[in-house]
Amino acid sequence: MGGYSISDLWSIVVMQGFSGLSLFSVLLLMALGLAIIFGQMGVINMAHGEFMTIGAYTIYLFSKVTEQYFPALMPYYFVIAIFAAFGIAFAAGYLVEYLLIRHLYKRPLDTLLATWGLSLIMQQIFRTVFGAREVSATLPDWLMGSWKPTPDIDIPLNGLFVMGISVVVTAAVILFLYRSTWGLRVRATTQNRVMAGSVGINTKKIDRVTFAVGCGIAGIAGATFTTIASTGPTSGSLYIVDTFLVVVFGGAGSVVGTVSSAFSIAQAQSILTFFLTNAMGKVVTLLTIIIILMLRPEGLFTSKVRK
Amino acid sequence: MNAFYSNWLGGKKGAIELAILAAFIFIVMPLWLDIFRLNLVGKYLTYAFAAVGLVMVWGYGGILSLGQGVFFGLGGYCMAMYLKLEASDPVSTAHQTTPGIPDFMDWNQVTQLPLFWEPFHSLIFTLAAVIMVPLVLAYVISTAMFKRRVGGVYFSIITQAIAAILTILVVGQQGMTGGINGITDLKTLHGWNINTESAKYILYYVNGALLLGVIMLCRFILSSKFGRLLLAMRDKEDRVRFSGYDVANFKIFTFSMGAMISAIGGAMFILQVGFMSPSLIGIVPSIEMVIFAAIGGRVSLVGAVYGTLLVNYGKSAFSESFPSLWLLFMGALFIGVVMFFPNGLAGLYDVYLKGRVESLAGKFKKKNPPAILTPAKTELQNEL
Repeated sequence: MGGYSISDLWSIVVMQGFSGLSLFSVLLLMALGLAIIFGQMGVINMAHGEFMTIGAYTIYLFSKVTEQYFPALMPYYFVIAIFAAFGIAFAAGYLVEYLLIRHLYKRPLDTLLATWGLSLIMQQIFRTVFGAREVSATLPDWLMGSWKPTPDIDIPLNGLFVMGISVVVTAAVILFLYRSTWGLRVRATTQNRVMAGSVGINTKKIDRVTFAVGCGIAGIAGATFTTIASTGPTSGSLYIVDTFLVVVFGGAGSVVGTVSSAFSIAQAQSILTFFLTNAMGKVVTLLTIIIILMLRPEGLFTSKVRK
Repeated sequence: MNAFYSNWLGGKKGAIELAILAAFIFIVMPLWLDIFRLNLVGKYLTYAFAAVGLVMVWGYGGILSLGQGVFFGLGGYCMAMYLKLEASDPVSTAHQTTPGIPDFMDWNQVTQLPLFWEPFHSLIFTLAAVIMVPLVLAYVISTAMFKRRVGGVYFSIITQAIAAILTILVVGQQGMTGGINGITDLKTLHGWNINTESAKYILYYVNGALLLGVIMLCRFILSSKFGRLLLAMRDKEDRVRFSGYDVANFKIFTFSMGAMISAIGGAMFILQVGFMSPSLIGIVPSIEMVIFAAIGGRVSLVGAVYGTLLVNYGKSAFSESFPSLWLLFMGALFIGVVMFFPNGLAGLYDVYLKGRVESLAGKFKKKNPPAILTPAKTELQNEL
């Protein structure tokens, strides 16, 4: 690090830290949906990345339609499109749970294989419909540009936007799980399915909606993803391993754990990438996670449950 | 002799299955196919090693490894390093900036052979490394995980992450590993040209013989007390633990053995196909190996071989004529086999053909109930 002066280093830390924060936001949004599905239901959804891609393509479609027919609405379409991304991914998740997942609750390793198959099918559908090339949505003007607190530091606005969304969604998930009647039922079903059923909770319906909400959040993740990268048929699958590690590392079923593990993984990766090569940064991060998981298999934060 | 018959061959039923498979590999295929196609079948049969390993690890051990490709690849890379060093002797690489090192190193401005390549000049070391490197890695991973009672889904995800790491590492360190292009242009094994037609036949037969040997070894292990413990562990791990057995050690043994078996496959792959690349070790090939075993029917060693051949035949047939349909078909295969045929081809045989075959043979002996596949234990069920 000899070549850098103190102020250079400071700018590097701030900017790399910020790019780490963008990565953190995407990972967090992905992982939140997965944490709900995996942590609360024990289902391994390997197609989670594809639900994210659904969200991303929704934004793309909205941007194209708006550009074509309602150019005046360009500044506003993004907000509506995020809700649509959630809705479409939610609906797809609901359908998948009904057709596939509910038959496999007792066989978690088999869900893994079946949802992997589902992800292959979804990727092929994306490729047929949208083409193999990566596409980008036309972003509204207010997402472009950057904010310069000092001449050396350059913080892109879209990154700030992504962070904002992830804060809102995290807060919504916490409210949903810990403050709503529905969340109470979800947690009751997780803790003891039979008892929850016997006090009148419709556990099947809970499962279906929980799964769909997890997929819907992945849709939002995909929507925000479009602001920082372009979308291709396999965009989602690039993140699936990282996302699973985030969830496992944080301790399944703990929202606080998911947030902090997404933060540490993203920051480590982003800062290491600067000093090592891209590939090595990632290798070192993943290896560290695996070693920590070997020492502490239940993850960083875990609810103390007697097993 | 009797013990050999009942333990290694698996009794009458097992011996017939093995004989059919042997006839299929050694007689039917070479007579039916030309050398190009036969070489392709040989390549698929090397994947079958990985699938057989998965039958032991997943079908009997209940441990779903999503990193089987890692061990296949490590075995392959060890072998490839030996072959590559032999192919890049100073005479034939005289035009390079640094003669005597593999061509891809020269392209990447590496001027000296990396230290870990040096021992691969020796064939004995290489053959030992093909087995030992994956074995040691598998031992370390599984000891760390199973001693701390990490299992099930967590184990699968971590093995998958390891597959991701290894791929990134191999692709990233282009000067040492050949990067994304892999190690290509291999010529001789200890002076013996592996690209001639006769060499291809010999390697095909060696490969087939090794595969049958591995299946017999697995049969032997499964017919021992260890095999019964393995099944017991898969179905009720806690009860085995409470009976005083160290569950972790059995799992470590199984996982390491599965790794070793796939490594042999990887080494045979190199010899027959003549190149190694990271596209064979990553997440996707690893999970495809799981589907080979699943199609064959998780608990059937012989079935895994047929499953591998069938899926790969389908893959090459589809990708020749309808490349875009292949992924759809593969996806449907995953879903279908899990939802409707959890026992795969072997299960279909048991349900539809076995009864007829037996009644045709005029046997009216009491029918053994088919081995029912019980789902692996879950965290959820633990809590209930």
